[in-house]
Amino acid sequence: MSDTILADKPVRTYRDYGRPLWRRILLTHEMAIIGLLVLVYIVAYVSVPGFAGPLTIQYLLPNVAAVLLIALPMTLIIVTGEIDLSVASTAGLAGVAFGIANNAGLGVGVALVVALLVGVAAGAVNGFFITVVGLPSLAVTIGTLALFRGLAVGLVGTDRIGDFPAEMRSLVLDRIPGTPIPNIIVLFVVLALVFALVLHFTPAGRGIFAIGLSSEAARFSGVRIERTKFLLFVVSGLVSAVAGIYYALKTNVSLADNTAGLELSVIAAVLLGGVSIFGGRGALHGVIAGVLLIGFVGSALRLAGLTSDVISIVTGVLLVASVVATSFLAWLRVKRVVPGGKKGSPGPV
Amino acid sequence: MFNRKIRATAVAGIALTVALVATGCAAGTGDTGGDTGGDANYSITFLPKNLGNAYFDTSDAGGAEAIEEFGGTYAEVGPATATPDSQVSFIDTAAQQGVGGLVVSANDPDALCDSLNTARDNGMKVVTFDSDVNADCRDLFINQADAEGIAKVEVDLIAEQIGGAGQVAILSAAATATNQNAWIDIMTEYIASDYPDIELVEVVYGDDDDQTSFDKTAGLLSTYPELKGIISPTTVGISAAARYLSTSEFKGKVALTGLGTPNQMRDYVLDGTVTAFALWNPGDLGYLAAYATKALIDGDITGAEGDEFDAGKLGSYTVGANGTVLLGDPFTFNADNIGDFDF
Repeated sequence: MSDTILADKPVRTYRDYGRPLWRRILLTHEMAIIGLLVLVYIVAYVSVPGFAGPLTIQYLLPNVAAVLLIALPMTLIIVTGEIDLSVASTAGLAGVAFGIANNAGLGVGVALVVALLVGVAAGAVNGFFITVVGLPSLAVTIGTLALFRGLAVGLVGTDRIGDFPAEMRSLVLDRIPGTPIPNIIVLFVVLALVFALVLHFTPAGRGIFAIGLSSEAARFSGVRIERTKFLLFVVSGLVSAVAGIYYALKTNVSLADNTAGLELSVIAAVLLGGVSIFGGRGALHGVIAGVLLIGFVGSALRLAGLTSDVISIVTGVLLVASVVATSFLAWLRVKRVVPGGKKGSPGPV
Repeated sequence: MFNRKIRATAVAGIALTVALVATGCAAGTGDTGGDTGGDANYSITFLPKNLGNAYFDTSDAGGAEAIEEFGGTYAEVGPATATPDSQVSFIDTAAQQGVGGLVVSANDPDALCDSLNTARDNGMKVVTFDSDVNADCRDLFINQADAEGIAKVEVDLIAEQIGGAGQVAILSAAATATNQNAWIDIMTEYIASDYPDIELVEVVYGDDDDQTSFDKTAGLLSTYPELKGIISPTTVGISAAARYLSTSEFKGKVALTGLGTPNQMRDYVLDGTVTAFALWNPGDLGYLAAYATKALIDGDITGAEGDEFDAGKLGSYTVGANGTVLLGDPFTFNADNIGDFDF
């Protein structure tokens, strides 16, 4: 009897429960941020004197390149539900190592390798304490934030190591002919494509999301949680080192406090870009839009003659509004999936 | 359906809010750039190390006074924190706005160079004051006092106050601060050569942050029980140290001198915590920087050694070696004269 009833009903697929494809692509946090970015750009283009024209982009990109770079691995780490607060200190330490090695006459090539290895080692230290010892990443990376910065200060003290080879500086800082885009952005675009492919189109990427959604479930589905996290922290160290080298070349000096405080700019942009701080959701296009949105809002407000306190307030409001909106929408979604959750009883178990 | 609408509305709402904020602000103050005052572009922007610093409030007010005298447009912008490259985006912005001159106190001698030179290539005149950049990245540097004069007056003051013998320490600004490091080097040599009985035990860094400087003062006093004096060659440091001393058992026993402003130090001079301290007048410094910028914009001077220009109420100045203009000798403030000053 019951068999016939079931057979009479059409089979409902995932599609029937989910939203249509266009809705899933367009009505997302990421698209909202991208829309906002376009809106801010257009409004500023029309109403802020001096904003129109390539100069704005030419000035903005070199200043946000370090944040853009570090935001890539940071996104993946936050999606797994972890965090890396030591990125700016790693970048600073790698920059200092780069300066020292270059100053010692080892040549730029060797200096680059040394600095990148410093980044990998820093990431491996984080990864070891988080995955092998099993400590929370928040605690570990607060510790290494101070530790790596302390090492940098210990290595150079108050010295200024600078005067990098002009060819090396122009290699990253010169603009692509005919565009306002500096060469470092080419490296960023390549890395961004790799990160986006891994996160959104590979089993490894699905594993990263699975870890963030439910560590237990991910483990039972065969995701190698420890190995994935360890690799992510090593990659984070490596990319932070790239950013640190870039920063040293851009300012033409390796100081102990190079890139200090950059971790907060990165995390702010990642969260604005729609990545959940609890893990499990987020996308790279949103994050990149988040970095650029903060950058363009700053450019526009500065050009409009506003001071840094106002810019901080606007950026802060943006960030809080974005996080609140994410939580609010998540709450709505839960309400919809379980309508009147309190009234209905799931029946006898 | 209802929930979907709410969702879309929420997203649109955020977008609208930010857009309104952006447009509202832009529409309100969107006329900073551009030139005024006849043919010459007398629109001059002051860029201090950071905002919310009383010292730069005073210097920039001096600049505003001068700019008003010669009929230019004054603007002040700056970062919230004094990190090495935090001024870069403000320099870029000034260049984009096409201002005639930028008066900057640099957080770092190297990190600003590319930006400043790009702006100069576009015709902007760059004058540094208080804290210099590399000489090839600016047109002029307005020096508040030569390092030698500043370092010696502070050492002389502390020596006089502690009777020429005993342990002293230095509470500086950031470990990378250009000025302070130069002064500390000269102080160290001067103590060694002229005051052999004075021992410089340690240099600590308060990062020009009130609380950090306060804590470092407490640390010094507990580390060195025999300490007889503290030199703090930064206005933030000396007032934090004075605040600590004035409420501690060391008040009147441990001498404190350095660079401070009369308004910050008035209470501590009057209550006996501090006998005397030194400084130049930052208002005059900003005033002179503004007139120097005007002279550059007018084309009266190029920043070459021997160039002369008029600086309003301060009289006439001559450019020295390396494109540097010296404001004058430091001034010593004490209980007798502090009432005459208000900055």
